[in-house]
Amino acid sequence: MRAPDLIRFARDAATGNPLRASLLVLAMAIGVAAVVVLTALGDGARRYVVDEFSSLGTNLVIVLPGRSQTGGFNPGNAITNTPRDLTIDDAQALLRASSVQRVVPLAVGTSEISYGGKLREVMLAGTNAQFLEVRRLSLAQGRFLSEGDWRRGASEAVIGGKIRDELFGAQSALGQLIRVGDRRFRVVGVMSSTGQGLGMNTDELVIIPVSLAQAMFNSNTLFRIMVEAGSRESIDAAKTQVTEIIKLRHEGEEDVTVITQDAVLATFDKLLGTLTLAVAGIAAISLAVAGILVMNVMLVSVTQRTAEIGLLKALGATGATIRNAFLTEAAMLSLAGALVGYLLGQGAAALIRQLYPTFPAYPPDWAVIAGLSTALVTGIVFGVLPARQAARLDPVQSLAKR
Amino acid sequence: MGSALIELSAIERVFHLGDSEVHALRHLELAIDSGDYVAVMGPSGSGKSTLLNLLGLLDRPNAGTYHLEGRDVTTLSPEEQARVRSERIGFVFQSFHLVPRLTAAENIALPMTLAGIDPAQRAERVAQALADYGLSNRADHRPDQLSGGQRQRVAIARATIMQPAMILADEPTGNLDRATGEDVMRLLEELNSRGVTLIVVTHDTLLGARAHRQLLMEDGELRHDSAVLEKA
Repeated sequence: MRAPDLIRFARDAATGNPLRASLLVLAMAIGVAAVVVLTALGDGARRYVVDEFSSLGTNLVIVLPGRSQTGGFNPGNAITNTPRDLTIDDAQALLRASSVQRVVPLAVGTSEISYGGKLREVMLAGTNAQFLEVRRLSLAQGRFLSEGDWRRGASEAVIGGKIRDELFGAQSALGQLIRVGDRRFRVVGVMSSTGQGLGMNTDELVIIPVSLAQAMFNSNTLFRIMVEAGSRESIDAAKTQVTEIIKLRHEGEEDVTVITQDAVLATFDKLLGTLTLAVAGIAAISLAVAGILVMNVMLVSVTQRTAEIGLLKALGATGATIRNAFLTEAAMLSLAGALVGYLLGQGAAALIRQLYPTFPAYPPDWAVIAGLSTALVTGIVFGVLPARQAARLDPVQSLAKR
Repeated sequence: MGSALIELSAIERVFHLGDSEVHALRHLELAIDSGDYVAVMGPSGSGKSTLLNLLGLLDRPNAGTYHLEGRDVTTLSPEEQARVRSERIGFVFQSFHLVPRLTAAENIALPMTLAGIDPAQRAERVAQALADYGLSNRADHRPDQLSGGQRQRVAIARATIMQPAMILADEPTGNLDRATGEDVMRLLEELNSRGVTLIVVTHDTLLGARAHRQLLMEDGELRHDSAVLEKA
């Protein structure tokens, strides 16, 4: 039998029973759509997290006080159990490292802010002028904290957009004096809105010089030191140098944790990638179920069409021709189901993106290809048994059935 | 006479029904000449349908040999037998056995489609067959839109489209009224007059009497052969 004839014959046989064909296509479509949508969600989550992390700034090395890993017995630990504080001096010392470009100390706490009789609890961040560039933030109005000695900052504050709205309303905030805790600050700038993110929400943040923040919190310690390496390649070097400098300053004890953003990113990337894979695997089970349905329906179809199979044999069809006809039919139905499922899945993913614009729910290419090919392969594999059964039918008995 | 089209010798066909053995054909010796018109008669279960299936290569004997056009076809592989069926044998069934989803033209073309003949030639031969059997205005009708007589004419057109050496007809008029049955028989006999060997299985003695040669089957044995009588 010629290939076009075989395809036309299988198509006619498939459409000859529309209910059967549409049920099969539906089952296959649900399986493929499940793979597409679920991997879109999984990969969307991965992308979302990765994007959020990248928005924190690039080439970042973060220094945290205290060791998070336990690295065996250290005589130093036996004597001093509490880690030393990270101080502004520590931060400033890091500027000496060759691969470090910028250093941003960060002290964080909460405080009350008041203006014109309005009082509000806010998140207070004490930092320096480099904070803006390192965190890739931008200003809506005014300017950021001025450069200068980290230990004696001017009484200037930069406030978030939401705080501006709440305290000043339609009034101009720039140049106004606000009270933060027991000190007065002049508002020099307003942050532009960044929306909800993984990091600090700058909309509700008040940023002041780090020395003033420390004085206000009555502590010497820093919450973090953010270090920007000169380039992506120098991140590792920066990490080593930073660790070395801190160690020297802390009497040879490595009592800080230095993490690179890349490491965090890679971990999340791997974690969520695995999650996507697992979800795809679960969705693939529905494809296997669809495959078994294909087998079932094709077996029923063989029983229903015994007379036709007997006739085809009487008319000179070989077993191979009949097997190919049934296999082609199973493959065509699976392919149709896979295509319908692909469109359904893409539609659902688009709907999710429409509903949650910040969530990048795009199915990854590998998942789409894997889903489609799994559908085809299961359809054909599960079509083999019915097709062989059809090919083996005894023509005499098949023809006797009326 | 030249060499026979069909030569059966020492054919045995045994079916196992549970524990019992049923001898559908017992020690059958038969030769049918090319161009002959043979009626196979006998009561139900006499083995006449088994004989027809055997002649059509749909069934294999348990013992004995079957020579078709001088070639031993019992030893052929299933694929080779399918080829012989495709090229040398045409079937006409009592219940027509048309494919319901295909049009009359597509049903007639089916043997050529299966044999992989190219579409242009197929269309030409189908058009000719439709005209020959008076079905030209029914070409695009599906079987359920055709009368019984038209269906059997489609089936005969399908059986002859590959220009076979013989036509095997199993009760071809069994599902038809007398007048249309008569038409169908005339068509078949006309084919026979053009040299196609015609073998008809029937209950109908009147129908059987029209054949040149009558075979009477009983209990899997050939009881009566009109050709043998004439010689005697």
